Amino acid sequence: MEKKKLTIHLKVWRQKDADSKGKFVNYTVNDVNPDMSFLEMLDVLNEELIKKDEEPIEFDNDCREGICGMCGSVINGTAHGPQSGMTTCDVRMRMFKDGETIVVEPFRARAFPVIKDLAVDRSALDRIMSKGGYTSVRTGGVPEALSVPVPKPNADEAMDMAACIGCGACVAACPNASAALFVGAKVSHLALLPQGRPEAARRVERMVAQMDEEGFGACSNHGECEAVCPKEISITAIGRMRREYLKAMFK
Amino acid sequence: MRFKMILASSLSKKIYMSIAGLVWSAFLLVHLLGNLQLLNPDRDPFNKYSYFLTHQTGEFIYLAEFLLAFFFITHFLYAIWVQIGNWRARPHGYSMVRWAKNTSKRSLGSVTMIYTGALVLIFLVLHLIHFKYGEVVYYTPKGYTHQIRDMYFTVMEFFKNPVNVFFYVAVMVLLGFHLSHGAWSAFQSLGLSGKRFTPFIYTIGVLFAIVVAVGFVFLPLWIYFTRGGAL
Ligand code: HEM
Ligand code: SF4
Ligand code: FES
Repeated sequence: MEKKKLTIHLKVWRQKDADSKGKFVNYTVNDVNPDMSFLEMLDVLNEELIKKDEEPIEFDNDCREGICGMCGSVINGTAHGPQSGMTTCDVRMRMFKDGETIVVEPFRARAFPVIKDLAVDRSALDRIMSKGGYTSVRTGGVPEALSVPVPKPNADEAMDMAACIGCGACVAACPNASAALFVGAKVSHLALLPQGRPEAARRVERMVAQMDEEGFGACSNHGECEAVCPKEISITAIGRMRREYLKAMFK
Repeated sequence: MRFKMILASSLSKKIYMSIAGLVWSAFLLVHLLGNLQLLNPDRDPFNKYSYFLTHQTGEFIYLAEFLLAFFFITHFLYAIWVQIGNWRARPHGYSMVRWAKNTSKRSLGSVTMIYTGALVLIFLVLHLIHFKYGEVVYYTPKGYTHQIRDMYFTVMEFFKNPVNVFFYVAVMVLLGFHLSHGAWSAFQSLGLSGKRFTPFIYTIGVLFAIVVAVGFVFLPLWIYFTRGGAL
């Protein structure tokens, strides 16, 4: 049986470039298939706009299956939309009511300048990664498997932390635009593994310094980040980052 | 680590704030327990306790006062610094904000920290003026051969005025909101967190806030309704 098509009203943030002022523009999309993804609905709208010789809405995306971390908008006031544990590309139109107005805004933070419309520049996160999101290893032959024992709980937790896709939703959702969950995940991921221990102190120090330098806010422990994180990374990551930081303070 | 970073990184600021906040939280509890002596119709125990603290602890009282002042000042200076940075981190706000529910710990208390804190700051100054530097009346308690300050009297007189009662009750409710987020947050800021510990300390933090707020709200109301103000 054919599902009932939706009519969706959109209030989308349009901004020509980083230096322009930007404003909300209203659109109506008719005959939206409820099984469409949110981004597909934007595709449909963009096609209409192109036919009318208007500028299509710019938004970031790549994999459209929740693994790359490229997509990201604030949909109806929540980063990555109304449901937890999802990326923007995971959002489906059946989550909205027929005739509903959906407000779509870019991730807003001083450290994430708008490039155009909904696309923001998240390279601040890359610069933080470049300060310590790696381990130095010996080159040469592959070491014997199991020569470095990793306790199973540590391996599991490091894996949970490594699930961070760097989407920046934690920053977008944080009332302070803090990147603490992202940095916490990256610091914890490597701090939990023996390969990451030798550089643990230097890593946390350099990554935190870069985080501050980029103009992110400080963490007030509101925990909004954990609630919107598509990979459901826990704020215990932030706790672990602070423990690593305290250790590094006395070095 | 470089000295500047130890003093001024976003993580350091919160570490110092949390230590100072915890010291003050502990003090509040002791202060509340001491004040429960106001419930006693006999004024001597409360006044002797007050006299003991101010006159019979030697240099200790100056150290305690210095530390409390130091931690209070540290806390609010860092608070202002942190808050300005947080406001600046998002110069262009959202036109629509809907709090993520799920596991979020965002609450009325957590988003009003700077405002409840600012009122507590004003309150503290007035509080010292009202009592520490307030009206001084001397009397001789039973079993003493010399006069001591009748702090009990000053407090009872003060809370005969319903305006004073209202002001104290209001600020203590706000303090409760501050602590409802602050208490657990301090542990998280110090890295004391974990899958089992975090839910535990969150509950303890809220209970602590309720005990402190209810206690300090109860005292002025009780005095007002049983000691003449309302009669
Ligand atoms: C009796 C007095 C006070 C007590 C017991 C207290 C307690 C606390 C505690 C335990 C925290 C959590 C710290 C952390 O998460 O690291 C906190 C946070 C905070 N306090 Fe206070 N506080 C008091 C007075 C003040 C004053 C006077 C201000 C000044 C304006 C203030 C402003 C703040 C702010 C803004 C935060 C949140 C900081 C953030 O995470 O963004 N507090 N307080
Ligand atoms: S911690 Fe979660 S919300 Fe933040 S960047 Fe990583 S995946 Fe995205
Ligand atoms: S487009 Fe790759 S995670 Fe959404």
